[in-house]
Amino acid sequence: MEIENLVKHQPIADMLSAQEADDVPVTRIEPSTGWVSLKLRELWQYRELLYFLTWRDVKVRYKQTVLGAAWAIIQPFFTMAVFSVFFGQLAQIPSDDIPYPIFSYTALVPWSFFAQGLRQSSDSLVGGAHLIKKVYFPRLAMPIASVFSGVVDFTLAFIVLLGMMLFYGIVPTLNALWLPLFLLLALVTSLGSGLWLSAMNVQFRDVHYTVPFLIQFWMFVTPIAYPSSLIENRLARTLYGINPMAGVVEGFRWALLGKGTAPGPITIASSLAALALLVSGAFYFRRMEKTFADVV
Amino acid sequence: MMSDIAIRVENLSKQYHIGKRQESYRTLRDTLADAFTAPFRRAGKLLRGQATGAAELDAAIWALKDVCFDVERGEVVGIIGRNGAGKSTLLKILSCITEPTEGYAEIHGRVGSLLEVGTGFHQELTGRENVYLNGAILGMKRGEIDRKFDEIVTFAEVEKFIDTPVKHYSSGMRLRLGFAVAAHLEPEILLIDEVLAVGDAEFQKKCLNKMQDVGQQGRTVLFVSHSMPAITRLCPRTILLDAGRILEDGPSHKVVGAYLNSGLGTTAKREWPDLATAPGDDVARLRAVRVRTKDGQTTEAVDIREPVGLEMEFEVLQPNHMLFPYYNVYNQEGIKVFSAIDQNPDWKGRPRSTGQYVSTAWIPGNLLSEGMLFVGAALRTPNRKIRHFHAREAVAFQVIDSMDGNSARGDFSGRMSGAVRPLLEWDTQYTPNKEE
Repeated sequence: MEIENLVKHQPIADMLSAQEADDVPVTRIEPSTGWVSLKLRELWQYRELLYFLTWRDVKVRYKQTVLGAAWAIIQPFFTMAVFSVFFGQLAQIPSDDIPYPIFSYTALVPWSFFAQGLRQSSDSLVGGAHLIKKVYFPRLAMPIASVFSGVVDFTLAFIVLLGMMLFYGIVPTLNALWLPLFLLLALVTSLGSGLWLSAMNVQFRDVHYTVPFLIQFWMFVTPIAYPSSLIENRLARTLYGINPMAGVVEGFRWALLGKGTAPGPITIASSLAALALLVSGAFYFRRMEKTFADVV
Repeated sequence: MMSDIAIRVENLSKQYHIGKRQESYRTLRDTLADAFTAPFRRAGKLLRGQATGAAELDAAIWALKDVCFDVERGEVVGIIGRNGAGKSTLLKILSCITEPTEGYAEIHGRVGSLLEVGTGFHQELTGRENVYLNGAILGMKRGEIDRKFDEIVTFAEVEKFIDTPVKHYSSGMRLRLGFAVAAHLEPEILLIDEVLAVGDAEFQKKCLNKMQDVGQQGRTVLFVSHSMPAITRLCPRTILLDAGRILEDGPSHKVVGAYLNSGLGTTAKREWPDLATAPGDDVARLRAVRVRTKDGQTTEAVDIREPVGLEMEFEVLQPNHMLFPYYNVYNQEGIKVFSAIDQNPDWKGRPRSTGQYVSTAWIPGNLLSEGMLFVGAALRTPNRKIRHFHAREAVAFQVIDSMDGNSARGDFSGRMSGAVRPLLEWDTQYTPNKEE
């Protein structure tokens, strides 16, 4: 069984048609040119490695820290506190009639997931250079594992969010069932941009210095501290959804808090943008992949 | 029938780009203009998917060029050659880590490659966790690791520490654990790059045995090594690479012999062209050290039966010092095999004039043991604790037993340990029993 399985899904490269009675997988290694296939089936074969890489990232992340996994909560929570004081209280930024702290925290939870995924995945290849040079496996596993590992942090921060909803007496509606899709949208956005940046980072370490700036910039253009309803024009608001994180954040608010901007058009725009980012990122990544071991 | 072929390599070539020094700019304006346009040009290249580093990439070298060979199923093949010959590049291509530039390779079977011991070990994780992580990275299934876990831990001799983070391990323990995981891979084809060069002697032996088992199980093995004894012992066939091409391909003893005679080695000779930075002081400085044969050739490897000369060239800068050169010779286990001091009466106890000196010490044949030897060259003034220079591991050479039956091992083909292997005169007295 085991052997048959391996033969069927030859893990390393394209299989030749195995005409021979031999049950031996044949790998052909030759130069590739231009755009290449994503080899998603091969990636599926390596799902256990993906699992172990994710598990490693989770295990290692807060090792030798005093506060440990509390960091997953501290970051969005304190950002929320600062936002509430300065934007909510002092600047009197509107929050769609939702108490400002939970208004911003609901946005910060998926945002932190996205930002951390992007940060980790863009450094994943360079950080794992020793692996890339010494072992073969689908390189896509590295940025993917980096993004996946953030789900644990997200869960912790989300539990705090539930506590806050309880505190403010907000009862989620059936809309909450849509939440996993908005999380998926955040994941796709994070991974899509992570794929682009990690592949570029191999050759241009500039990326490493660009990412924190990019994340900061992206945060300002995402309706975290303010509602997207500030944009009055409907068309403009839909276009705003081209920033997929705008769709994620508004989606989270709508699904959990029952208010906020109706997510229809903005969600569609965000989903399309995120998908485009993911697909282009994956192809770009695969195209550059052959140079990784030589350049990194 | 294809079924007997495990690896087929046809015209495999790999080109590496190496950064070329940029021309000096003529004007400041050019420099500034280029500083602005270069990032965009590079970004353009990046988007077109060309491999570029930060530097302009014009110069290219062929790490492999038109390499062709077939390996039959169950064959154990050694790959030798000096550093930069393309051995590692070949293994990297065959294990899909990097792509060839031209040609192709066909691999019939599941490949396990072991280019480094303990790849992907994470310092913060425990031994147990790292076994799983490392196993998964090398391509093992989780169930497979579960099944072999105890065996791996026993092999690595780290039972007591298996739940301790690897960062608290000694480097030896880490290596043992890494090798143990790799040794339990069960692919049909195994690619191994110089992994036996690590660990203590005892463990190396264990690994060699394990490798021999692997070979005997009918698995196909490609084995890169600098250790000629390991190659001749494990591999019936050897491929010699030089500058990316196959120089020889045939029975190991022939290929190893050709390699030894070709003078391809580089570690057997070291020179210090710049007197000011050469090892030494105001009295004397070392200029060169080499390992030589009787007919004056520099050699990286010597037949165990032949004498070998250790030659040092030094320059005396101040007259009237009494000086004696000496060598320290260590084996690959780090054990000092011997020290040798110049006792030639022509020079012993006499002050030397300034000038160049070349001193050679001859080690007789049939004295050294097989393996790598590291030579340190030094110069002292007697009775005063002044050492003018001491170049540790200045040169190294390999002692090879071709097993023709007339060395100290005779017809014995097993493992012979010991720091030296002298061919001694034996004398046996026989007294028959009186009854007969």
